[in-house]
Parts: sequence; C-alpha cells; structure tokens
Amino acid sequence: MDTTARPADASKNATELIESPAFRALVKTRFAVSSVLLVLLFIGYYGYILLVATRPDVVARRLSDAPDAITNLGLVLGIGTLIFAWVLTAIYVVWANRSYDPEVERLKNQLKR
Amino acid sequence: MPPATTAAPAYESTLGHPTFASVGFFFLIVLVTLIVTYWAARKTKTSSEYYAAGRSVSAAQNGLALAGDYMSAASFLGISGMVALKGYDGMIYATGWLMGWPALMFLVAEPLRNLGKFTFADVVAYRLRQGPVRIAAAVGGILTTIFYTIAQMVGSGSLIALMFGMPFVLAEVLVGAVMLLYVLFGGMLATTWVQIIKAVLLLCGVTVLTVLVLSHFGFSLPALYKAANDLYPAQHLLVPGDLTKSPVDAISLGLALMFGLLGLPHILMRFYTVPDAKAARVSVLYATGLIGYFYVIIPIVGFGAAVLLSVKGADGSLLAFGQEVIRSFDKGGNMAAPLLAEAMWGSAFLGFIAAVAFATILAVVAGLTLAGASAYSHDIYVSVIKKGRATEEEQVKAAKIATVVFGIVAVAMGIAFQGQNVAFMVGLAFAIAASANFPALLMSIVWKRFTTWGAVWSILVGAATSVGMIVLSKTVWVDLFHFEHAIFPMKNPAIFSMSAAFLAGIVASLLTPEPEAQSKFESEKLRTYLGIGAE
Repeated sequence: MDTTARPADASKNATELIESPAFRALVKTRFAVSSVLLVLLFIGYYGYILLVATRPDVVARRLSDAPDAITNLGLVLGIGTLIFAWVLTAIYVVWANRSYDPEVERLKNQLKR
Repeated sequence: MPPATTAAPAYESTLGHPTFASVGFFFLIVLVTLIVTYWAARKTKTSSEYYAAGRSVSAAQNGLALAGDYMSAASFLGISGMVALKGYDGMIYATGWLMGWPALMFLVAEPLRNLGKFTFADVVAYRLRQGPVRIAAAVGGILTTIFYTIAQMVGSGSLIALMFGMPFVLAEVLVGAVMLLYVLFGGMLATTWVQIIKAVLLLCGVTVLTVLVLSHFGFSLPALYKAANDLYPAQHLLVPGDLTKSPVDAISLGLALMFGLLGLPHILMRFYTVPDAKAARVSVLYATGLIGYFYVIIPIVGFGAAVLLSVKGADGSLLAFGQEVIRSFDKGGNMAAPLLAEAMWGSAFLGFIAAVAFATILAVVAGLTLAGASAYSHDIYVSVIKKGRATEEEQVKAAKIATVVFGIVAVAMGIAFQGQNVAFMVGLAFAIAASANFPALLMSIVWKRFTTWGAVWSILVGAATSVGMIVLSKTVWVDLFHFEHAIFPMKNPAIFSMSAAFLAGIVASLLTPEPEAQSKFESEKLRTYLGIGAE
C-alpha cells in the first residue's frame, strides 16, 4: 500500500527491480521449488490413499514370513507418509534459508542504493 | 469365555468423578494461564498487539502455538479412540490431518505474512476493491469459525461431563467465561501463551502414555501390533477397513483436510504474530514436526488401550475386552486415552490427562474466538464501515466488543446443540475453509487477472456448494433430518465444491477485467517475495 506513496525515483527503482532478470529468476525459482515439492506431496499422500483404497491386499502384505513378524506394508506406509511430509517441509526450509533468503537480501540492498 | 460381555460395566474407574488430582490439576492450569493473561494484558494496548501479539512471537513459540491450535481435544481423544476401536482406519485418518502443513508452507505461509496485517482477507483484498471482497471473505471466515466452534463447544461439554461429572451447561459457561478472560484482556499474546502451555502439556502427557504402553511390550512396536491383532482376531485391526471403501470419497476427504488447513482463519492469523516471513516459514517446520510426532504416537496409545484395558481374572482368564471397556464409557471411543492413563499410572495421571484435555478445549476455543471476532471487527467494521479510518482506540474497542459477542454466541450455540451429533461440523468447517477461503486466497496471490468479482463469486460459490452438499449428504439429510435417501452420495464434498469455487473465480474474473488490480500485481510482487513494505 505504501509503494504508491514513495518519491518518483524510488518507484522508478522499484519498477526496474521488478523487471530485472534477477528478480524474475527469484520468483520463477520459488514457484518451481514449491511446485515440485507440492507435486511430491500429492504423489506421496494421494498415492498412499489410492493404494489403500484400491489394493488393500497389497497394504495387508506382511514384510516378513516369520510367524511372529506381524508388521505389514500398511503400518510402515502410514508412518512413512507422515515422515515424508515432514521431510518435504524441511527440504523447503533448508532451500529457502540457504538460497532464497540471501538473494532476497541482495535484491533489497539493490533497491536501497 | 462366555461371561466376558457382562463384566465390562463393572470396570472400576474414577472417570466421571471429580478427584482431588483432576480438580487440582485443572485449577493449577487455569491459575497459571490467568497469570499469563495478567502479564499479557499489560502488553496489549494497540490493535497490532491485540490481534497479532505485537508481531513479537518467535518462530519456535509460533510453531508450538500452531501445533496447539491444531491438536484439539477431538484429535487427541477422537483419533486414539478410533484406533482402539477400528485399528488401521484410525491411522489412515490421522495421516490426512498432517498433509495440509507442507501445502500451507509451499503455497501461502510466506506471501500471507508479507501481504497481510491481521486476517487472510487482508491478502485477498490487497489489490482488489475493499468493500465487496472484505464482506465476502468475512462471510467465509465467520462460517468456518462458527461451525468449528460449535463442534468444539458441544464436544467439550460432553467430554467435561464425562471426565469431571460436571453438568453440560455449567461446562459450557465455564469454558466460555475462562476463554473470554484470556482473549478479552490478554488478546493474541495471552491466547498464544495459553496455546503454548497446552501444547507442551499435551505432548508431554501423550509421550508419557506412549512410553508406558511400550514398556508393556518390551519397547517393541511389532509386539504391540501382534498383541492387538491376536486379541481381536476377527476384526483385522492391522489392515484397512471401511474408511477407504470408496476411493473418490477418500480423496475428497483428503482434499478437505489438506486444503481446509489453508483456509482456517484461526491458523492463518498466527502468521501475523511473527516478525517476518522467515520466522513464519520456520514456525511451519516446527509445527509440522510436532504435529507429525503427535500423529505418529497417537495410534500407539490407541492400540495400547485396546489391549491393556482388557480385564483379566485372578487365574489369568479374560473377563472383558479392552474395546468393551472403552465402549462402556463412551460409544465413540473418546475415553480410550483417559482410561488408559488411569490403568497405567492411577487416577492422578487420569486427572492430569483430563485437565490437559480441558485446557486443550479452552485454548482452541480462545483462538477461534479471536479469529471469528477479527473477521467482523477488522474486516467489516474497520475496513468497510469505517473505510480504514478508525483510531487505535476504536479498533481495539471494536475487537473487544466482537470478542464478547462471539464468545456469547459460542456458548449459546454449544448449549443449543447439546446432545446432537455435531461431528460432521468439523468436516463442514474444513470443507468450507477449503472451498470458500482457500481458492480466493491462492488466486489472489498467484493470478494476475484475478478480480474483485472473481474473489466474491469464488467465496460465495465455495461456501454455498460445500454447505449445500453437506446438508444433502447422508450425515445431515438422513441422520439429522431423517429423510430416507441422501441426495448427495458422498460424505465430503470438497472435491466438487473446491473445484466449483476455482471455476467460479476464474470465470467471473475473465468476465470482469480489472486493469487497476492487474497493474498493482507487479508492485505487489516486491512485497510478496521480498517483504518490502510488509507490516
């Protein structure tokens, strides 16, 4: 809201920044990273749900033939899906802290000059 | 073992009777939270302090508070009970509750923090015309919060009656009065700290319970699974049951759970309490970790309850199955975790768990009340009626009046719906959030050609289709209105209502081009991505 209230040269700088290749690349990269992670989340979670819904026999398959080893694929996948979701979140944070934030700082400093 | 079924009612428990421990823990928690409120009240003067805790909450604190907001009594007691009675289906259900968090991170958390001030409507209305968008967004926000609140209030009344033996109406009034103290005097700062305290207590309580369960099985998860499977051979507790019978229904429920989170006003509001987008991002990681951990260990409690609550005679013969014991206290299985606590460590631990469940209800209702109140006071009163020109004093006063009104409505609705099965209302709240609030929020952030009327139509169509389809579905049409056949065949409408909301938003935007909104999109990007000018 306050971008419009700035002096003319500042808003000219802002326009330049918006049109600069570096800023465009930043927006594009963020979009790409979050899209890829979102697609992975979809594949992981809805894949799990569809597997459970359509192939309960596969989900019920035991991991080992030993008579006492009762753990089946479904129990592992259930917990695995939860861990997978957290790992995706962690990947995003690591990427953003290491690569997104420094670029944001650099572009912000450009605008100040 | 023929006498097995008759033994269940004889199960002895202090559940439902106020004990020294349960009442003591309850008063201790209320006392501590009220001291926090007193401390917070001295730091809560301006509107930014009232709605957003002065943007002073750290990422770790916000992560705990977000987790606290999300781990309601329904998910703690309900999911452990569902696993105890239905086994693996409870685990599938629990999984869906976490999936919204990564999506929240990838799609909205940072832009929301950078663009908004107090509510998600700030973001939707950022480059559109304030009046129509604010009113529509407030409708979506208030509908979501009110249904979520009714479900919490009615559930809490019965839970407190079950655990403390307290009359329903008294429980409602008590919850309403205490949480109003938090919100009215301590604003968002008190609400956040109440949420943090409760999240820590809840996570500790469930962790102890889990360790105690596992200690009975030599700390081996497969041994626990085997014991549950062997005790109920006919039930196939370890394989999928009815929950995912229809794949489309299962996917629709998954969509509602995932994208509903991205439209829950009381969750979105928390992102304004941290200083910047980076803190918002890190807080989601904390919250996802804590909530994920919670859903990993809750099924252990459920399976443990099904096995360990079984009653054995002196000669080692089985007198009653754990599931029967659980059902004899509450048919839905909600008392599985409290009963297990008592069986593991005696009535003092039951008292602790019951008090934590009560604190959970107080904290969640407080957060909802603040979110519901802000949808009126910030979006309608300050932004539309006063056209954004209200003084700090007027803003805080409006917020406090709206808070009191929302609190009274919550208590009244809770009492009005006493004894009704309102479990569907949580599903309804998520469906409305996913259909009315989320599509408009996402399109306003990412789509340049999104317009005022696109936002309004998207919100209204999303709200109307999700409410309409749930009313016509079995849960309401047959179970509540007693018609013979449901008109809408599915349990959860999100797959259709969310698509309808996106479609309505796209069509309406293309039909009503808004050059002014388009031209603001580029400059908005500086704020969305770099945080320049963010509040």
